[in-house]
Amino acid sequence: MTATLRIAEGHSPAPKSEVGHSVQVKDLDLQFGAVKVLNDLNLDIGEGEFLVLLGPSGCGKSTLLNCIAGLLEPTDGQIWIKGQNVTWKEPNERGIGMVFQSYALYPQMTVEGNLSFGLKNARMPKDEIRRRVARAAEILQIEPLLQRKPGALSGGQRQRVAIGRALVRDVDVFLFDEPLSNLDAKLRADLRVEIKRLHQQLRNTMIYVTHDQVEAMTLADRIAIMKGGVIMQLGTPDEIYNRPQSLYVADFIGSPSMNFITGHLEGGTFKAGGMSGGVVLPMEGYRFATPQVGDRPAVIGIRPEHVITGELVASAPVTHEVTVELVEPMGSDTLVWAQVAGERFRIRMDGQARVAPGDRLPIGIDPSRASLFDKKTEDRL
Amino acid sequence: MAEFSTNPATLGASRMDDGPRGPRPRRVLSSTNIMLYGTLIIVALYYLLPLYVMIVTSLKDMTEIRMGNVFSPPVEVTFQPWVKAWAEACTGVNCDGLSRGFWNSVRILIPSVLLSITIALISGYTLSKWKFKGSEIFFAILIVGAFIPYQVMLYPIVILLRDSGIGISNAINTVWLPVCETFGGECRRVRVQLFGSLSGLVIVHSIFGMPILTLLFRNYFASIPEELFKAARVDGAGFWGILFRIMLPMSLPILVVAIILQVTGIWNDFLFGVVYTRAEAYPMTVQLNNIVNSVQGIKEYNVNMAATLLTGLVPLTIYFVSGKLFVRGIAAGAVKG
Repeated sequence: MTATLRIAEGHSPAPKSEVGHSVQVKDLDLQFGAVKVLNDLNLDIGEGEFLVLLGPSGCGKSTLLNCIAGLLEPTDGQIWIKGQNVTWKEPNERGIGMVFQSYALYPQMTVEGNLSFGLKNARMPKDEIRRRVARAAEILQIEPLLQRKPGALSGGQRQRVAIGRALVRDVDVFLFDEPLSNLDAKLRADLRVEIKRLHQQLRNTMIYVTHDQVEAMTLADRIAIMKGGVIMQLGTPDEIYNRPQSLYVADFIGSPSMNFITGHLEGGTFKAGGMSGGVVLPMEGYRFATPQVGDRPAVIGIRPEHVITGELVASAPVTHEVTVELVEPMGSDTLVWAQVAGERFRIRMDGQARVAPGDRLPIGIDPSRASLFDKKTEDRL
Repeated sequence: MAEFSTNPATLGASRMDDGPRGPRPRRVLSSTNIMLYGTLIIVALYYLLPLYVMIVTSLKDMTEIRMGNVFSPPVEVTFQPWVKAWAEACTGVNCDGLSRGFWNSVRILIPSVLLSITIALISGYTLSKWKFKGSEIFFAILIVGAFIPYQVMLYPIVILLRDSGIGISNAINTVWLPVCETFGGECRRVRVQLFGSLSGLVIVHSIFGMPILTLLFRNYFASIPEELFKAARVDGAGFWGILFRIMLPMSLPILVVAIILQVTGIWNDFLFGVVYTRAEAYPMTVQLNNIVNSVQGIKEYNVNMAATLLTGLVPLTIYFVSGKLFVRGIAAGAVKG
């Protein structure tokens, strides 16, 4: 990763090398009347990077993308693309291509017309237009569709054409605004792989907005998790998944979501619950974010897939026994609901596991794979 | 499909046992249907009767009309009343029938429709897709205009047209006359007359068409997805490019609606026609009134009926022709992109 991030909140990773900026967002503010949608936002995206903006609806991720595209005017701040300040430039002068959720194809034009519209507006010679349309159609395998109107295409084909419209413009930066949200599950998975392949082939910078964490985890070089107009955490999918910086990020990423147990950190040991069903987790092997962590109320987060079951329990650092309350078989794996220290606790087991409600189930927990948060600030400890 | 709709006679018996199956049978001659269609037919006849009487009467001569059988078809069909209504009927000193009014109306109608729709199209597009500071207030003010009764504005507009005509004339003359004189030509003062002329009436129609048409176009454009507009901007299309190349080709249904609205509205207008034009420029409606309501001589019912039908022919044609187009337009617009 060749980029740096400064976040207003303060937990900034160490700045990395300054080579090859593609898109830079500097101190961006955006207000609609009294509502602050984006708040002093900074973001550096490296050359050829695939960055995913992830967050729930209304977190400002699409707004940020629209600002980068030049479709929305920021209240304050700057947008730089390829080392140029494009804050006051029109969308077509920024060297960007954009793909929308609703495809936004021009309904009265053929696929070829849709692809060439932007090039015609740029007064490009006809030969060049034809060459570029042919190339894009080849990459996306939509050659047989060129003379059709969008109305005669399926959802997946429409979205390919929409990607093609960005492709023909031969731009440095691709912007995707939830491009797969209107497609059904299977098509979404297919097109997701295709977008990834496209990125590997073209090596363009891509900024991708989604609320789907699977898309984010599979596609991204880095993920920016947004909430209320600020970036909560920016990091590789691995960092986001394994070392979430806050309770919010930990809860947001992962399906089924992380188990949380509220308790107390005392002398390097996490304790929760009373006499019955309480847990004591010695936090040896856990990488604390800061070297000196004093005693305090804390929340521990354990991913359901990190709970050890079966024969391996014996070798786990901490063992515990729970009563199975509910079983959700999902084919490839089975989700077991139980209680630990008086709180709901999900355990992901192999799909072949034979468990029934009422069973006593021995489980193992590895504190080094858990996440520990301060109860008050909700930041990672 | 055909294979499954097996003969009910053979299968019926075995399937009778397990009760209702498939679509519920409906009786065509139920009491509800008789009531419903009976009422509809009676109401339709009631509304068609005047039209029938008009057509029948317009094809009779005066002796036959005086016999008083209003509903009876003409014994001897004559087209003389139609000819007279079109080309010979007198209004005031002019005895060239409705034809003069017809051409006046056409000369008012075409520029008014074009101008009012063009203005409303552009303002509706701006107000929905290129919102500026205060555009909502601007729109609200425009809509309020639709609620002010015309009568209130009649006289102020008379003054406005008269004075702006004089103003424009003066402005042109202050430039034109000196230029003309330096080249030593025969120079006459240019006189622009808005009040009492067809161009004045065109302006009035365009202004009064604006609120409702702008509302129509604004709402239609607002229903076109915002992302389409954004995509066009990323593709480098500007204000006019998006309007003409993206929005306009998608606007056929609403254009047809606007044309129907304006053609019938302007053609049927009487008030503005009588107030803002002079006798020789009267539109067809005003002339029709002058023919039908003339008090001198005998009342020629057949000519009056023919004249009325002639005047109503244009909106009637528009409804018939564009009705089809309208449906097709909606169908074309239904294909989502």
